[in-house]
Amino acid sequence: MTGLNFIGAGLVVIGAGIGIGQIGGKAMEAIARQPEATGKIQTAMLIAAALIEGIGFAALFAV
Amino acid sequence: MHRKITVKALTLVFFLFSIASFAIDNSEEEKAHLTEKTKEQREKEVEAYIPHHLLDSHDFSLFSYTSDNGEHVYIGFPLPVILWDNGLNVFMSSKFHHGETIAKSGENYYKLDHGKIYKTDAAGTLTYDADHHATNSKPLDLSITKNVFTVMMVGLLMFFMFSRMAKAYKNNESMPKGMGRLLEPIVIYIRDDIARPNIGEKHYKRYMSYLLTVFFFIWIINLLGLTPLGINVTNNIAITFCLAIITYIITTATAKKDYWKHIFWMPGVPTPMKFILMPIELLGTFIKPFSLMIRLYANITAGHIVLMSILGMIFIAQNWLGGSLSFLLAMVLGILELLVAALQAYIFTMLSALYFGSAVEEHDHH
Repeated sequence: MTGLNFIGAGLVVIGAGIGIGQIGGKAMEAIARQPEATGKIQTAMLIAAALIEGIGFAALFAV
Repeated sequence: MHRKITVKALTLVFFLFSIASFAIDNSEEEKAHLTEKTKEQREKEVEAYIPHHLLDSHDFSLFSYTSDNGEHVYIGFPLPVILWDNGLNVFMSSKFHHGETIAKSGENYYKLDHGKIYKTDAAGTLTYDADHHATNSKPLDLSITKNVFTVMMVGLLMFFMFSRMAKAYKNNESMPKGMGRLLEPIVIYIRDDIARPNIGEKHYKRYMSYLLTVFFFIWIINLLGLTPLGINVTNNIAITFCLAIITYIITTATAKKDYWKHIFWMPGVPTPMKFILMPIELLGTFIKPFSLMIRLYANITAGHIVLMSILGMIFIAQNWLGGSLSFLLAMVLGILELLVAALQAYIFTMLSALYFGSAVEEHDHH
């Protein structure tokens, strides 16, 4: 079947998008609760987002 | 005061240069309009140019255009080609005339096809397989290509910049001067916010030199990729592979007993569990540098493809609406890419520090 790989790539991107969105949203909630911990939360957020992004790039190999 | 003026003049020259190269792009567009290429032809040209831009090349060409009498004119300079083919063959890449002619070196003939050098006969015949890849034999290519040249230049630049800064700090301890004023906060940030919390107060000093080098190397090279020079080094997977391998070697070589113990014989879990965890943990040590490699490579490649595609829209649309829209979009994306250039350098440094931290961590067992 041709074209299925594009659907797979799309699914990967949707998954990665949901993941990074969750991280961003939760980090904002956390910053709102504890503004004094902003720096630490941001660092942790960036690392987690980068790890998910790495998975997201698996979509590149599918296309 | 004198130095300030030089810096300002340099900035001005740089901006003028960028604008000039955009202006040249415009004149190329006009010519395309003059020769009345069809939309399909232009689309194909843009489509062919994007992967070409992503590849490494044997000469440093800034731009090329077709002159009025139909000749291809290339502006740039050739780089040395070094081939090992039953003996050393060294010649300048200008011999290839950008793939248009065959280069003769000693007894052998070579031809350039899609940025790769193939061995041919005197007539320069290339045989292709079903996927349009040349099947001729390839000599071992040790050339100073565009990427190698850029890496060398950035290495030299960093060496002179930072050794001068170090000298200035030795003589004058009170206030940083010149470049130091710009870079000192970044160096302090890497020390206090990346190395110290992740590696620990006891060991962080050993890793500082690597972390600083890798951060500034990736950052400078990513930034160079956004200039009109058309360099992109970090979208070559070999470069990011080498960077990741260095992180892996440092992690493995400096690892303490606790690190290995937590991989091969995890304390505090039942014995059957230890056998399951061992291969997973061992695989994890390879996945970590692998993800470092893929992340940097894919981010920069994706950024370049998107930017080039949007800039290519100008040449496909060729009207005021499409042109201005894609210019605006490209400008916004260019600013985003500036952020990505720094962010990827930060992430690489941060994760390297995290892995070093896990290598030297000492656990107190209860």
